[in-house]
Amino acid sequence: MKRRKFDVAAVPGNTARAVDDRFQVATPLRRLLNKVFPDHWSFLLGEIALFSFIVLLLTGVFLTFFFEPSMTEVIYNGSYAPLRGTPMSAAYASSLDISFDVRGGLIMRQMHHWAALLFMAAIVVHMLRIFFTGAFRKPRETNWIIGSLLFWVGFLAGFTGYSLPDDGLSGTGLRIASAIMLSIPVIGSWVTTSIFGGEFPGTIIISRFFIAHVLLIPALLVALISVHLGLVFKQKHTQWPGPGRTNGNVVGERMFPRYAIKQGGFFMVVFGVIALMGGLFQINPIWLFGPYEAWVVSAASQPDWYVMFLDGSTRLMPDWEIFIPIGDGYVIPPLFWPTVVLPGILVGLSTLYPFLEARYLKDYRSHNLLQRPRDVPFRTGLGAMAITFYVILTLSGANDVIADKFHISLNAMTWAGRIGLLILPPIAYYVTYRLCLGLQQHDREVLAHGVETGIIRRLPDGRFVEVHQPLSAPDEHGHGELPYAGWVVPKKMNRLGALGPAVRGFFYPIEKPAEAPVSPGHPPVEPRAERAEIGSGEKQS
Amino acid sequence: MTSDNDRRRGLLARLRGRPVARSRGRRRLGAAVRLVAALMLAGGAYTLLAPSASAQDNPPLSTAAADGKALFDVSCVTCHGRNAQGVEGRGPSLIGVGAASVEFQVSSGRMPMARQEAQAARKPVVFSPDEIDQLAAYVQELGGGPVVPAGDNLHADGNVAIGGELYRINCSQCHAFSGGGGALSSGKYAPSLRPATDRQIYAAMLSGPQNMPVFGDNQITPEQKADIIAYIQQTLNSDGDPGGFNLGRYGPSTEGIAIFLVGIVALVFASLWIAGKS
Repeated sequence: MKRRKFDVAAVPGNTARAVDDRFQVATPLRRLLNKVFPDHWSFLLGEIALFSFIVLLLTGVFLTFFFEPSMTEVIYNGSYAPLRGTPMSAAYASSLDISFDVRGGLIMRQMHHWAALLFMAAIVVHMLRIFFTGAFRKPRETNWIIGSLLFWVGFLAGFTGYSLPDDGLSGTGLRIASAIMLSIPVIGSWVTTSIFGGEFPGTIIISRFFIAHVLLIPALLVALISVHLGLVFKQKHTQWPGPGRTNGNVVGERMFPRYAIKQGGFFMVVFGVIALMGGLFQINPIWLFGPYEAWVVSAASQPDWYVMFLDGSTRLMPDWEIFIPIGDGYVIPPLFWPTVVLPGILVGLSTLYPFLEARYLKDYRSHNLLQRPRDVPFRTGLGAMAITFYVILTLSGANDVIADKFHISLNAMTWAGRIGLLILPPIAYYVTYRLCLGLQQHDREVLAHGVETGIIRRLPDGRFVEVHQPLSAPDEHGHGELPYAGWVVPKKMNRLGALGPAVRGFFYPIEKPAEAPVSPGHPPVEPRAERAEIGSGEKQS
Repeated sequence: MTSDNDRRRGLLARLRGRPVARSRGRRRLGAAVRLVAALMLAGGAYTLLAPSASAQDNPPLSTAAADGKALFDVSCVTCHGRNAQGVEGRGPSLIGVGAASVEFQVSSGRMPMARQEAQAARKPVVFSPDEIDQLAAYVQELGGGPVVPAGDNLHADGNVAIGGELYRINCSQCHAFSGGGGALSSGKYAPSLRPATDRQIYAAMLSGPQNMPVFGDNQITPEQKADIIAYIQQTLNSDGDPGGFNLGRYGPSTEGIAIFLVGIVALVFASLWIAGKS
């Protein structure tokens, strides 16, 4: 009998041994694959941004195969009839070709745009999670700064991409960008002319933005993301406090195989959601905006959502022009404050926040355990304040659409935005602060008195009291002695196992529910005894 | 001397030869004839060119216009006054606005107005088409003005591409790239073009209703008007949105809402689900 020479089952092992013999990777790889990640849904928000960035790279590469970054004037002769014969730039014509004549081009363009919006949205949501749980504290300040920079670099990536199709909307955005650059005192006109190669719009800006959008900014993003993830590896992940979790360990799942497989699955989900949105929802119908002409500005011209706060701040800014009588006179236009100074302050505040907070709290220790937002009311309040500020600016960026569709005067919207921008953030701070204190108090109350059972007991003297289930052995006053551990306090009886085991299945049971064990608190219910007729007590014949 | 005089006199005089002395009687007769002729010329020119409206106090209304006046006296007189001369603080004069204006305002339900506000809104039509014609005839006979050409399809020979360019230059500032309308100051707005008929768009361009400027035939020729209407009706109002659900075509504002309500919400649930599987 001939023995088999080639054993398929041994191929992976042999290959791995061969690789290890040559490169000695087994030890570091084992260390890597055994790395432990804590498991909580809120730790996956950053992954949404990472995965949508991968989708951006994939779809973006496809788009570069067909996009022509040139402002040479051509006569459109593609298949979109309402623009046929119209003179336009080659960039716009090729964007139309991607939308109408390249197979699969439109869904790729739409996926790219949706992925860009999702990338920025996921960055913001992820950043909020980091902020509200205190994950940015020492030793992770650097990663917080890199994350903030990622938002602003993503902002630039989004804006340059928004400008590339050279349709009416992107040209309007470019016009505003050039005005913002011009508004910078002293250097404004030099900045503008060097970027645009002369007066706006010039003939070079699309080619320059193209290189920035497909090479420089993505390279910067990849570099920042690599350092960001590398630091998460090096500094290890934060975790929520809980049983067995301390400031000095990480409790969770090994990276390989479960965590890696889950992440792979999550990437597929993100890809699927972006593909569905790209296929189902029309985004940026460039063919309706027409080619950019300096004299064409459509109503409801807005930037994408992550730039809209700048549009909003511009709309809310009063027309305070500062005239400086030096020489022939010098003017600082009002546009300078909401579009250059405000983002500058926001960048500074957001990147420096970890240091400001550490200084304020005089807390220079390392923290690997997260805090619940309610336990640090001032930080949660500040976050609520920042969100309110940002949301008001963003809504004001679309205030003409809101005014039109909800039948509100545009002037009223502007004034509501101006007043709201000053009044609502402090109110949000106060309300959030009080909410946090209330939640803290309730946690302490449950720890001291126990969980509300919902059982009302009537005492012999006629009083009603609610029965509480203590969480620990009570002292002589009926108070528990449990300290607050910084994690969820059970507040419902079913969190304490008062209900039977849950029936598995979503919407309908996939198993036969087991006979629920009778809880000692609930004696089996006997059928009601027949009531005797109430009488006078005397026996009737 | 003589040659000098000849040179100084005009060419006609030299051709006519030396002046012949005429008798006084002939000269007087000629003057009288010339005077009569001049008077007849001036009178005739005045009769032909002078505005004739003042000559007649009450031009007889046509039957349709008389019916229109009856409707006017019931439904419009409160704000536009007894002879459509307007009421201070309530409604403008309708003298000279033309049938186009009546057709636009009444056929889109804007008139009669429900209440005094920043701008009259489109609402269900009150009058029948015949009644609208009668009202239009009345206002037209009051003081003339622009009239919409006959026919329901005014964009039959319009060029969509030219219309699109004209639309983006002249209309999209207020009605937006999508024709969905947009906000103006102090509660005024440019309405959506979606429900507008050919005749209404044409009438609006001719008459400049409410906050809209007039686009007379000197600014946008009738052919160009047909192009614009063709673009609005064939592209904006009947475009199938090749990219899918158009999110109301409000531009990036609703796209931003969609990415949070659909994208982020779906993925947060997905992360809850995935993190829960342990």
